[in-house]
Amino acid sequence: MDDLTTGRVPIIGVADLGRMFPSDPPVDALIDVNLRVHEGEWVAIVGPSGSGKSTLLNIIGCLDTQTSGSYRFDGIEVADLGDRRRAGLRSRGIGFVFQSFHLLGHRTVTENVMLNDVYRMAPHSGRRTRALAALHTVGLAHRSEFLPTRLSGGERQRVAIARALTGSPRLLLCDEPTGNLDSTTTASVLELFAELNQLGMTIVMITHEHDVAERAGRQVRIADGRLTEC
Amino acid sequence: MTIRDLANEATAGLLARPGRTVLTVIGTVIGLASLVATLGLSRTAGNQIVGRFDELAATEIVVTPKPTAITPSTLALPWDSPARLARLDGVVAVGNLSTLDVGRRLVSASPLNDPQNQTAFKLTVSAASPGLFPAVRAALRTGRVFDAGQSDRTERVAVLGPNAASRLGISRVDQLPAVAIGDDVYLVIGILDRVARQPDLLGAVIIPEGTAQRYYRLNGPAIVVVETEIGAASVVARQTAVALRPDNPRSLKVTAPPEPTRVRDAVQNDLDLLFLILGGVSLLVGAIGIANVTLVSVIERTGEIGLRRALGASRRHIAQQFLLESTTVGLIGGVLGASLGILVVVSVSALQNWTPVLDPLAPFVAPMIGALTGLLSGTYPAMRAARLQPVEALRSGT
Repeated sequence: MDDLTTGRVPIIGVADLGRMFPSDPPVDALIDVNLRVHEGEWVAIVGPSGSGKSTLLNIIGCLDTQTSGSYRFDGIEVADLGDRRRAGLRSRGIGFVFQSFHLLGHRTVTENVMLNDVYRMAPHSGRRTRALAALHTVGLAHRSEFLPTRLSGGERQRVAIARALTGSPRLLLCDEPTGNLDSTTTASVLELFAELNQLGMTIVMITHEHDVAERAGRQVRIADGRLTEC
Repeated sequence: MTIRDLANEATAGLLARPGRTVLTVIGTVIGLASLVATLGLSRTAGNQIVGRFDELAATEIVVTPKPTAITPSTLALPWDSPARLARLDGVVAVGNLSTLDVGRRLVSASPLNDPQNQTAFKLTVSAASPGLFPAVRAALRTGRVFDAGQSDRTERVAVLGPNAASRLGISRVDQLPAVAIGDDVYLVIGILDRVARQPDLLGAVIIPEGTAQRYYRLNGPAIVVVETEIGAASVVARQTAVALRPDNPRSLKVTAPPEPTRVRDAVQNDLDLLFLILGGVSLLVGAIGIANVTLVSVIERTGEIGLRRALGASRRHIAQQFLLESTTVGLIGGVLGASLGILVVVSVSALQNWTPVLDPLAPFVAPMIGALTGLLSGTYPAMRAARLQPVEALRSGT
């Protein structure tokens, strides 16, 4: 799927994509969605809850597959891959940041960050160094041996971002990354995203907050499963 | 995911909820401890029962006339029983033994007659063929026992049992002590130290069979005691009655030891089955415990499973981790259970004064059974975990 204007392969190439959930009655969560995201872009997907933005994010993150249309990640048709290949794609290509952080409460901050290396078959030597470097990037080097339960919400989300960064992903996928944060910490996390984006990181984030979405370079709106550029 | 990573993640998973892990382990511990303990105790108890069929009992045959025989019982056994039985293969020693009817006659040490102390006693007077002493494994304290010549010549000699000797005040034979049975004087030629069979002899005055025939009108031996070689008892016992009384073998009662192996097998089979069922049930309960807790753990850790899937874990990685966790629980339970079981076997044996007997394989097989239990118990929960959709898993829980 070459981009006609630039000749580059987009990181995310979604074409005529549909996702139907076979409930009774069946629900069309996504209908004919088209989206291209190029390297270095920061895209915010906005929309009310139930609009289908989480479904789209899951498909982009190779956690779910569409029922019609095509999704290519970095030129690879994801639906053609089996569970293990998709898992490999996630571990090497995509970093996830979640609204509820998803940190393991009984593991230290560093161990939580190092977890990303487990499924990438990364060599054991250097894991700690990489994790500490990622923590340094998010400004949490001094909390490296803390348990996540002793951190504030903003700090926890920074740990999650550090974990996502450890794998040097092509794409950072954020699902309501500021949904559980107050306005001050939201600002600092967004500032971190901006820095990462300036360094060339591609970021796709879904949010229902307009002021958060405005920080992104590009916004797309999704409503009732249909996606429109803003 | 490397093996080391898998081990790390499984260990961390178990240590994250140490209390619950301990409780889960306890289920397997109890199951395998009871399995090992019951197996060990049944083997130990079986060994005790087998222990009663010791070498002494297993080599002894006693022949007595049947009380219902028409002929007077004293006539049922021939005098030459020892000679007849000695011809059989496997017979080590044979001897006749009879208790004499001495009426009111007392036994006293002669010639002493101390008016102040009692010198005459009511003692058992027995008549024996010379072969009886080896047949009962008699050991001499001093002197010697009588021989066939003395019996044939009806000499008045006597051998004392150790208790009889001490009551009569006789401890040595070098000064030719004598005892009087009633008014008849007998020369004491030997004092026994102990006998392995026929313990009545310990308190008896034993005189030669020939002498008893002459002075006490003994009609025939009351019993014949046979010592066989080890393992020959049952074969010899089958031939004994015919060898002694070819004309009327049914007039004799031959008492032989039961065949030990058969008894042991019967006892052990019953015990083993019962105990195995008990241990198996305990183990099953332990297995259900592991399955339950692993399932609860999968449900609780749904968010973690979703995260791991997002980080790049395949279904297989997830299943492996939960399987390893449940297998580890089972293995630890197996090791602790085997140790506890052995401890129980040893403790009970110590209390009962038994020799603990345990299959040497048990301490090694038990942990493997534990691990297998954990593996099987974890299969269904692990499959459930692997089948979770990452999207839904991430949405639920932290």
